[in-house]
Amino acid sequence: MAVTLTQAAADRVEQFLSNRGKGIGIKLGVKTTGCSGMAYVVEFADQLEEGDVVFEDHGVKLIVDAKSLVYLDGTELDFAKEGLNEGFKFNNPNAKAECGCGESFTV
Amino acid sequence: MALLQISEPGASSAPHQHRLAIGIDLGTTHSLVASVRSGRAEILLDESGRAMLPSVVQYSDNNIVVGQAALDAATEDPLNSIQSVKRLMGRASDELKTLSGRLPYQMSEAEAGVPLIHTAAGEVSAIQVSAEILKQLRLRAEDTLGGELLGAVITVPAYFDDAQRQATKDAARLAGIKILRLLNEPTAAAVAYGLDHDAEGIHAIYDLGGGTFDISILRLQRGVFEVMATGGDSALGGDDLDRAIAAWIVQQMQRTSALDAVTERHLTQAARQAKEALSTQVEVEISIHLPAGESWRGTLDQPTLRSLIEPLIRKTLSSCRRTVRDAGIRIDDIHDVVMVGGSTRSPDVREWVGEFFKTEPLVSIDPDQVVAIGAAIQADILVGNKPDSDMLLLDVTPLSLGLETMGGLVERIIPRNTTIPVARAQQFTTYKDGQTGLSLQVVQGERDLVSDCRSLARFSLKGFPAMVAGAARIQVKFEVDADGLLHVSAEELASGVSASIEVKPSYGLGDGEIERMLRDSIDHAGEDMQARKLRGQQVEADRVIEALQAALKADADQLLNPQELELLQKELQNLLEVRANGDAEAIQAASKQLEKAAGFYVQRRMDNSVRKAMAGHKLDEFEN
Repeated sequence: MAVTLTQAAADRVEQFLSNRGKGIGIKLGVKTTGCSGMAYVVEFADQLEEGDVVFEDHGVKLIVDAKSLVYLDGTELDFAKEGLNEGFKFNNPNAKAECGCGESFTV
Repeated sequence: MALLQISEPGASSAPHQHRLAIGIDLGTTHSLVASVRSGRAEILLDESGRAMLPSVVQYSDNNIVVGQAALDAATEDPLNSIQSVKRLMGRASDELKTLSGRLPYQMSEAEAGVPLIHTAAGEVSAIQVSAEILKQLRLRAEDTLGGELLGAVITVPAYFDDAQRQATKDAARLAGIKILRLLNEPTAAAVAYGLDHDAEGIHAIYDLGGGTFDISILRLQRGVFEVMATGGDSALGGDDLDRAIAAWIVQQMQRTSALDAVTERHLTQAARQAKEALSTQVEVEISIHLPAGESWRGTLDQPTLRSLIEPLIRKTLSSCRRTVRDAGIRIDDIHDVVMVGGSTRSPDVREWVGEFFKTEPLVSIDPDQVVAIGAAIQADILVGNKPDSDMLLLDVTPLSLGLETMGGLVERIIPRNTTIPVARAQQFTTYKDGQTGLSLQVVQGERDLVSDCRSLARFSLKGFPAMVAGAARIQVKFEVDADGLLHVSAEELASGVSASIEVKPSYGLGDGEIERMLRDSIDHAGEDMQARKLRGQQVEADRVIEALQAALKADADQLLNPQELELLQKELQNLLEVRANGDAEAIQAASKQLEKAAGFYVQRRMDNSVRKAMAGHKLDEFEN
């Protein structure tokens, strides 16, 4: 089981973390909301919670809670630019369907 | 595929409910928009990677152009390319006389005193022009952030009065932007520098923008900002420096004929370029080619520039001195000074400001962007993206707010430089027996007489039960919200009858006016005291006169013999005459004399009414 991230994503995460001045990594997860069943969560992490699984990739700690991991296994986090907009993107092999905008998904 | 941003722990939003918020610096010459993304505030750029949107709108027959393209067109089409419109926000036509000489537009007055600008696309107001600029920034933000905006924090000069703030809000509404809050520009700059994370201390924000100058003194205590005092000049900025240089060029050219609008644009543009070049070079070559064929070539060096801008910078420093005094501190108390606005790039300006505040000015953040960045940080907090933020920004009222009382005197409810939001209540009572209503006049200013202050609003409280004079308890509450807008309510406490008013002044008040009002209050302090004393005594005399006249009418024939009546009437006449003379001491003496003379009559009336009340009752009825 693993969760990874691209070099571009790692660079941005490091930048954001150093700018914020604190945090041990970022936390990825899923929430059961949204128009298509599940929604992604990306947050700064200040501490580990019980049941958190930590992956390290490109020098960045990716923290996933055990419950979310089943939905996220194999996911690669990417950082993308689309026109003026830029942000993080989940390449999740488990997702069977995404809502139009890709913010939520079903497995 | 939506692109996600990193949230603070626990602050992730549900899908499609991202709390997108922006900060907008709606400037006189340039405007910027910024937003906090993944915990970092950054300026949002346009398609060509430019941060600053020139605050220029060009109107043509069927098209509206905003920004750089409009600025480029300004030289050729000055009458339809509206610049520096911020100076007109919330101003009434009659206030523009001082400005119109500098603004090359054809203005006319519409209904309600709102000035309109003639353009090829018809007449437009300052609010409409500002709305076009804001709309452009909104579209840029929506494209960049990829979603609908929850709201925006828009910055305004600290000296903006209620009318100007309201005009800014109206422009935002017209542009389809929900305003989270208006924020003073210097306060935003302090937020951008993260001064709230610093140790405690007092900071000065020196903001010399394109069109306005603001100085704010902020105090930090336990991570909380308090604006101790603000001052400045809303008609002085980098534009004026350019104009001073342009005037020098005209002088060098030995031109005597009047300048038309196109020539003036050419000259100011050349002046601005020369000024910007001189912030890094020692001297700069200026060459002017006017459309009429005339041309001129010359050199402007640093010392000359220095002498040209010095009078204007000295003017800003005297504002600083006044504001420091208003804050009740000494210059030595100020830890550091933050430089804001493009004009603070000038090494001369930095040097003079540093000398004045006796400290090296803070210049590490781009002075053009610092305000928008602070606004974005504040917007991010206001929409709830920061769960544990305790930052609180406090602003101040520029002038005292009060109420008219009997005799045309001002009762000050909220003193000037009080931090807002604020709510203050005071109890008033009735002046006459049987009074069932009263009219309230809300005034702004530092003088003691209503006639010397500015009237903001007038409303009435009607229909409370009749009582003897002084028995009614009327609670008047003044509330100033975070945006500086005033709400006044009055309630008669026994009956619960109430009335209220929202104060949106119909016309603006320039800072020159504010300054004049402040200066007057100092110059006329002695006079005001005398006037207050006189009016106070006159009100007291009127009360005595009226009470006696009412009593005489009611029962003089039963209780007084002709000699007594004549005596009282003589004293009454005396007081009436003295009252009209306008000597406070004499009125006081005459009032006392009349009261003393009428003492026996008052006693007699009281006895009489007691007798009447007891008639027909047995003594033991009163014992319980």
